[in-house]
Amino acid sequence: MESIFGIAVDGIAYGMILFIISVGLSVTLGLMRVVNLAHGAFAMLGGYVASYAAQSVGLPYVAALIVAVALTVLATLPLERLLYRRIYGSANELSQVLLTIGLTFVIVAGINYLFGPTLKRIPLPDLLTGTVALGPKAIPTHRAFVIGAGAATLVGLWWLLERTDFGIRLRAAVDDPAMAAALGIRTERLYLATFALGTGLAALGGVLGAELLPLEPYYAIRYIVLFLAVVAVGGAGSIFGSAAAALALGIIDTAGKYLIPNFGEFFFYAALILILFRWPHGFFKGRTA
Amino acid sequence: MTSVAERDGKAAAVTRPLPPGRRRDLGWIGIPLVAAAGLAAYWLLPDDLALLTRIAASALFVLSLDLVLGYGGIATLGQAAMFGTGAYAAGIVAVNWNNDPFVMLAAGGLAGGLVALVTGALILHARGLTLLMLTIAVGQIVQEVANKARDWTGGSDGLSGIDPAPVLGLFRFDMFGHTAYLFALAVLVIGLLVARRIVRSPFGLACRGVKEDPLRISAIGGSPKSYLVALYAVAGVFAGVAGALTAVTSGIVGLDSAGFPWSAEALVMLVLGGTGRLYGAVIGTAAFMGIHHVLAASDPFHWMGFIGLFLIGIVLFLPGGIASGVERLGGLLGRKEGGA
Repeated sequence: MESIFGIAVDGIAYGMILFIISVGLSVTLGLMRVVNLAHGAFAMLGGYVASYAAQSVGLPYVAALIVAVALTVLATLPLERLLYRRIYGSANELSQVLLTIGLTFVIVAGINYLFGPTLKRIPLPDLLTGTVALGPKAIPTHRAFVIGAGAATLVGLWWLLERTDFGIRLRAAVDDPAMAAALGIRTERLYLATFALGTGLAALGGVLGAELLPLEPYYAIRYIVLFLAVVAVGGAGSIFGSAAAALALGIIDTAGKYLIPNFGEFFFYAALILILFRWPHGFFKGRTA
Repeated sequence: MTSVAERDGKAAAVTRPLPPGRRRDLGWIGIPLVAAAGLAAYWLLPDDLALLTRIAASALFVLSLDLVLGYGGIATLGQAAMFGTGAYAAGIVAVNWNNDPFVMLAAGGLAGGLVALVTGALILHARGLTLLMLTIAVGQIVQEVANKARDWTGGSDGLSGIDPAPVLGLFRFDMFGHTAYLFALAVLVIGLLVARRIVRSPFGLACRGVKEDPLRISAIGGSPKSYLVALYAVAGVFAGVAGALTAVTSGIVGLDSAGFPWSAEALVMLVLGGTGRLYGAVIGTAAFMGIHHVLAASDPFHWMGFIGLFLIGIVLFLPGGIASGVERLGGLLGRKEGGA
């Protein structure tokens, strides 16, 4: 019973981190049809900036979080103009994979050059270090915070995409880019904004998840497979699909590691293959699939 | 669903490359050149035989990826699954039953082909991102199984104690690596010849057809998926033999031989050299591993940054890889000589 509760809390927290990072990938993949393997590198960049801001500059946690997200978005926007624009919607997945792997390598090398190869931490404020009581049980405050942040992201994104002008234009551009452009929607700007949204979510997840996905230079390569798995299972472009997939995979992975630690990642990937074999387009058909 | 098919169809129509026949084809000279360059390297660089051996075995692996990607259009990040399986199969056979190098290669090829056949039949109905994910997942599972089957594979310590018998009973594997290198080079050249035969066969042409336009292939009565599965299995044999070749020549097999980074590296090497040309795989491997050898001595991260920039540059400026650059140069020179 104790372990089931522990698995649920850790699994959901882990799933929420996966969701926050992956949904950014899902949104950009759904709109621009780019398999962006550098997404993990953007998450890592956010984490490193926050770590630097908190540890070396001494900013409080929330300020470091905001600075990290803002700086990551600012730093990556030129990439959209210079690089990503050339591979949007291209039928050639290969050049997308290569360009973004190349970008990942450059970021990994750059991070190592700037911050060194050691593990980086983002110190948590006192407010987040204790536990909160949940009925008869107590769960770590940080876990609760992460779960809350994930839920807030889910609601916020839903509101943004379903209820705002931006969301309406975005969905129009996804469904039929040529028609949207003909109707006067400035798709280039829309792409830029969406790219910024995706990167910002990556950075947010990188900062919030630093406790669960430790920050080191190979972060970008180590975890991108996880993020892609969430998007593939959830269906590209589907917010609720990403959330469901992230939670399911997070809980499966955590349960596997708790209950059968000898098998490590085996269950995660076995589940992935079974799911994708049965639903090749993911649980929820996204807007493009 | 329909809109995706339509869009993909349109996009493919726009980006379709020139038909292979019209491209300046340097293929006929490629294999003798590889053999000659390999032998020249044997005399010119006698101190780097270990590196050269690794290059030859890796080139065979990259060649298998070229078959899948360059001729079948299957973008995969899990080719190392077959390489690792072949390497482990060869190692296990050598340690437990028979250490003849050819038996080891056969075991590796068989194992790699089987894994490719089974997983290919399972995953090749998917396209795009889903397929990429599935190939990655297969690779991770193979690696995880190799890690857990400690009694057979040595787990994370790797499988060691592989001691191959002399080639044909005559040539002993010496500690300087002379035999190992010549053996690896011979296997690579034979592999290139076989691969050339395959891609020029009706089967190879049908696979190309599937890559260019699967709809048309099914319209004239072929089954795109079975062609792709067969091609995947054939490439699996090549990858398995390449894995077995590293087991024979290095005497050890490690977990990283099945890992995701090794698949990604092979992809990088292939693209560096140029897809869809058999000798492109060899050029790419030699260039990548040669530069790596020189640069990585200082700091592995600098090397990563360098290769990353290089990749970005290739995608933006030289989509066909080094081989296409060579061909373009060849085309320019040819035009000058012709005076046209």
